[in-house]
Amino acid sequence: MSDIATRVKKIIVDKLGVDEAEVTTEASFTNDLGADSLDTVELIMEFEKEFNISIPDEQAETITTVGQAVAYLEEHAK
Amino acid sequence: MLFVFVRRIYHLTIYRQNMQLKRVVVTGIGALTPLGNNLEDYWNGLINGVSGANMITLFDASKFKTKFACELKNFEATDYLDRKESRKIDRFAQIAIIASDQAVLDAKIDKATINPDRVGVIFGSGIGGLITFQNEVIDFAKGDGTPRFNPYFIPKMILDIAAGQISMRHGFRGPNFAVVSACASSTNAIIDAFDYIRIGKADIVVTGGSEAVVSQAGVGGFNAMKALSERNDGFETASRPYDKDRDGFVMGEGAGVLILEDLDHALARGAHIYCEIAGGGATADAHHITAPHPEGLGAKNVMLSALKDAGMKPEDIDYINTHGTSTPLGDGAELKAITHVFGEHAYKLNISSTKSMTGHCLGAAGVIEAIACIQSIVHGIIPPTINHFTDDPELDPQLNFTFNKAQHRPVNAALSNTFGFGGHNAAVIVKKYVA
Repeated sequence: MSDIATRVKKIIVDKLGVDEAEVTTEASFTNDLGADSLDTVELIMEFEKEFNISIPDEQAETITTVGQAVAYLEEHAK
Repeated sequence: MLFVFVRRIYHLTIYRQNMQLKRVVVTGIGALTPLGNNLEDYWNGLINGVSGANMITLFDASKFKTKFACELKNFEATDYLDRKESRKIDRFAQIAIIASDQAVLDAKIDKATINPDRVGVIFGSGIGGLITFQNEVIDFAKGDGTPRFNPYFIPKMILDIAAGQISMRHGFRGPNFAVVSACASSTNAIIDAFDYIRIGKADIVVTGGSEAVVSQAGVGGFNAMKALSERNDGFETASRPYDKDRDGFVMGEGAGVLILEDLDHALARGAHIYCEIAGGGATADAHHITAPHPEGLGAKNVMLSALKDAGMKPEDIDYINTHGTSTPLGDGAELKAITHVFGEHAYKLNISSTKSMTGHCLGAAGVIEAIACIQSIVHGIIPPTINHFTDDPELDPQLNFTFNKAQHRPVNAALSNTFGFGGHNAAVIVKKYVA
């Protein structure tokens, strides 16, 4: 697992209070990990803070699974 | 047409006149206070004259004029709430939820047999989520001006969220709102809850209040007003209402909850009854933003109005739990009002300020002190005004301030006074329940 994936997973476990095992690549924040709309916004903000980037809203809306988050951050993180 | 209209008004008038106000009783209590995190520990602390003051642990107060407060002891929200949930809830609402859980459990409300549409939550706080507000703004100010506010900032901070959270936790779908009148908030909440039930708009109301502002903004703000005691070298004796050397109030934090219930509803389900709510009053000083009226005008009127509402005479009251915050001005004005309203009887009743032990829990003070009144009826013990060292020659020495040690006395009825910045006054009278 990449360094980015590990950091993403850690944030998700912390913010959503879920088990590490549940945070699979395919897991959807809302359908599988119990996040509501505010949780999703908070997750994106935490990713921005952790990786020191700014994710535009229209991009943020397309990030709905763990895998999508990792892929986006691997591409954009500095 | 006119006839129909007049007839309607007539019927409405007759209906109003015939409308029997319901009796309202207390069937459950919850408390998180600087003296203990449940009713029993709170009451034991009160009757044993324990000081709830401590050096501030919730933030680094080394640069503050006041470095102590009455904090909750051994309190971890995650002992009671799921970690993920508690993160999204300000401390003031966390303790509101925990105290209401205690009260609902104590009242043995069986959710299968009550109508949740007729269970309300009317809840007070003086300030709401100040700690959340402060921390979010600090974070924002650290940045370059790009707004990065947490999506939970507003729903954590808003003062009504405590009432909302309590309703969600228990599925209570009746009247639901917050009451704000600074340090009178939770007394006003109790009176509103009492009114909602007695006019038939709810069977049960979860009421009370909470406050948690022991923070840089809270202590710094009250320090700037010169409202807080600065007795850092003797913090345990700093809250000393009616003592000659009192120098301001000691900030407390906490939450208290009462389950108020329509008497018939309580009897029908065989609920334990602590006491009856006899009456309440609310007035304004219309004088100054923070200073009390020098003659205690609003305080006098609020006690008279509570007595009238309860249909009681001054002689019916055995104990007054005063607002008595330990400030030079406030303590004297309230006593003037008491001697004016109660006349000769003022010297026969017990007076005490339990803020000498709990500190001033601001918006939660009213309910926390109403609970002290209820327990005085249940146990026949008056909790003391501790930290009395020197008589104040300005205050009437014939009054029984219950100094330093609890006193045994049968209590049939007790009155609790609370006054808030803005000139708000609220008083509630509780009495022994007699079938």
